Amino acid sequence: MSSQNAYYLQLALRALQRNPVLTTLMVLALAVGIGTCMTTLTVLHVLSGDPLPGRSSDLYYPQIDPRDALSYRPGEEPMGQVTWTDGMNLLEAHRADRQALMTGGSVAVQSTRNGVDPFFEDALYTTAEFFPMFGVPFRYGHAWGAADDSSRARVAVISDALNRRVFGGGDSVGKVLRLNGAAFRVVGVLGDWHPSPHFYDMYVGSYAEPEGVYLPLSTSQDIKMDHNGPVDCWGNGGGGPRPAHTAPCVWLQFWVQLDSPAQVAAYRQFLVNYSAQQKSLGRFQRPPNVRLRSLMQWLSYNQVVPDDVRMQAWLALGFLLVCLVNTVGLLLAKFLRRSGEIGVRRALGASRRAIFMQLLIESGLVGLAGGVLGLLLTLLGLWAVRQQPSDYAKLAHLDPTMLLATFGLALAGSLLAGALPAWRACLIPPALQLKAQ
Amino acid sequence: MAIRPIIASLSRHRIAALLIVFEIALAFAIVSNAVFLIRERLQRMDIVSGVADHQLVQVQMAYIGNEPDAEARAQVDIAALRQIPGVRDVALINQLPFADRSSNGGIKLGPRQRWNTVHVAEYFGQNIISTLGLRLIAGRKFSPGEYLGFGAVVRALHSDNQKELPHIVIVTEALAERLWPGQPALGKTFYMGNGIQFRVIGVITNLLRPEVPSIGADYSILLPIRISLQQAAGYIIRCAPQDRERVLKAAVATLKRIDPNRVLLKHRTFEQIRHAYFQNDRAMAGILVGVIAALLLTTAFGIAGLASFWVQQRTRQIGVRRALGARRVDILRYFQTENFLLATAGIALGCAAAIGINVWLMAHYAVPRLPIIYLPIGAVTLWLLGQLAVLGPALRAARVAPTTAMRAA
Repeated sequence: MSSQNAYYLQLALRALQRNPVLTTLMVLALAVGIGTCMTTLTVLHVLSGDPLPGRSSDLYYPQIDPRDALSYRPGEEPMGQVTWTDGMNLLEAHRADRQALMTGGSVAVQSTRNGVDPFFEDALYTTAEFFPMFGVPFRYGHAWGAADDSSRARVAVISDALNRRVFGGGDSVGKVLRLNGAAFRVVGVLGDWHPSPHFYDMYVGSYAEPEGVYLPLSTSQDIKMDHNGPVDCWGNGGGGPRPAHTAPCVWLQFWVQLDSPAQVAAYRQFLVNYSAQQKSLGRFQRPPNVRLRSLMQWLSYNQVVPDDVRMQAWLALGFLLVCLVNTVGLLLAKFLRRSGEIGVRRALGASRRAIFMQLLIESGLVGLAGGVLGLLLTLLGLWAVRQQPSDYAKLAHLDPTMLLATFGLALAGSLLAGALPAWRACLIPPALQLKAQ
Repeated sequence: MAIRPIIASLSRHRIAALLIVFEIALAFAIVSNAVFLIRERLQRMDIVSGVADHQLVQVQMAYIGNEPDAEARAQVDIAALRQIPGVRDVALINQLPFADRSSNGGIKLGPRQRWNTVHVAEYFGQNIISTLGLRLIAGRKFSPGEYLGFGAVVRALHSDNQKELPHIVIVTEALAERLWPGQPALGKTFYMGNGIQFRVIGVITNLLRPEVPSIGADYSILLPIRISLQQAAGYIIRCAPQDRERVLKAAVATLKRIDPNRVLLKHRTFEQIRHAYFQNDRAMAGILVGVIAALLLTTAFGIAGLASFWVQQRTRQIGVRRALGARRVDILRYFQTENFLLATAGIALGCAAAIGINVWLMAHYAVPRLPIIYLPIGAVTLWLLGQLAVLGPALRAARVAPTTAMRAA
């Protein structure tokens, strides 16, 4: 910083001290505006994040349309889940680099530890490639294999939290876990696995905690475990916690990994061919209607970010705009009030540029103070959000990107707000002001 | 009060005047929309559930693994729960308004109709009407012999065996009016699934669907299907409001005593269910109130700040006017009128912005049209706010002594 700018900084500090009430009001208004804005934008930023950075671009969610012709409307979206028959057919076709079929559930866990009553835990019934496809980290052990799927093995992978609750932590691989009264062998304990949103099964809650138990889908059906989540039926389909495998109902999610654009195109064609084939067999009645959305497209199609969160962000932006207009007005008043002083400086040879710089530094200081206070208010705001009972509340934390954005917003805002008044003030003609005194 | 000199004076402070107008316009647009959104949320929370809100409690339990004898054991549980002092009625019901599970189906008015006329929530379980406290206004309840077991119904559905399926139904008044406007609903028929015919035998006043959609929130039907604990949202118990906590405790103890191996999932009053359902609406309304307050405060500071600057700048001019015979009240009125003019300009501009914001919200979010009444409400708010904010500086101006004019010169 040049010595001149250092001098301006001194002048600015002195000017701001001269009218502490007005300065405080300006800083406060700016800080509240920035605090509100950054709180809501941080929540929005966290909620619209990528659950699997680096991996999500290769993951796709195939959709097909198995419904009857009676209620067919051209252009309609296919269903959001698959039937048991289609899920198994697509899984066994092995046309993608990796694929997994899954559905949520709920199982009773009986611990052998003293003092732990039986409790129900959310579960995911899935197939072996779920773990490598989504890059699920293991603390101990490993995933089950394709052979376990086909032999309906009584094996389970459990979360770190469940491991601590049931076994008191440590390497529990090989231990026996009692689920719904049946004995399962633990083959793996997960590490840090908190994808947010809970993208692979959003029906249990978009920002739900990951489930504690992972079991082979075949095993869950073998011992008639309850399914959790929506069952959409047509014709005479009946839902309930255990949909029949032949029922005209969708209740499973199917994910694939496709590593190249050529693979994506080929898979889309495969889905069309599959639908046509099923139609010729008489299972499907509608013309092929398929979608192959990538993970992020699937999230945006499902509008996972709650509307209220978006509205709050817009509301906060509007509020910040009012705060900025307010700051412009107050800075204008502050600068023009010093018309006499500015006139003297101009008469003594200060250039317009010099006056402009001096005033801009003054508004920059207000911005900096507003930014620091705004950051504290943001932290306070996020703390308040975390006290809310919504399932996304616990995710509301500031990350480095949003921290930088807060300061960027504060400085840009106040410089922008300072530019107009500073420009207006440096137009003050030197002589006239002296005469007026 | 002459307006001309005020406008002449404002035109010499164009930037500052425009800023104030712009700020008031923005504040007005945001506040009128926000007040409307708050009102909408509060109205949503006031919705009539149709059930006896203050008299119900829920105890949800689950068996570990499969319980082959579940239906018979449910009857044992119900008989024991009825013995608890204060209990008026007990039922196993598949779902409740505001609770987290729902069973829905589409209704067609003819057997070969292509698209569903409406979607409805399907309530089933024995003894629903008296337990939930629903009001039957026409026809009759299901008689005990008319109920079919859940398992048998599902099997009949899969095999398309019409004989084993229910064919009678009780509907809400709202649904009857939607399907057969202006006609008595008793004896009318509709179809569900693959042409399964249902005949209306009773009409109840209200019963909300569990997830409360914005249109057709009361489109619900009751089916004569008997369920066990596995398909139910638990045991629903009705008792006097003051007995709820005690009955809840006793019910949990009773059920644990009958079968200690069951897991207790939920035990709560219906009021708690209802409260939890609207938690996001309540939070949103709270945030909106907070933002409105902060916005009005900021705007008031802005107005007061600029007004005191103007007062200071015009000290000499005020002194001259006072010296020429203007009374204090004239000076006060001058600044008040000036503020009124600025606020009016801001409100006029803000009306357009408020409607613009509402149209944009309607296009992107589930927000209805802004009723025109919110514009005058917002206008009065900002007029009052402006007058309140300008009062301090204006009073200071009114205290300027006539001699100031001479001294400053």
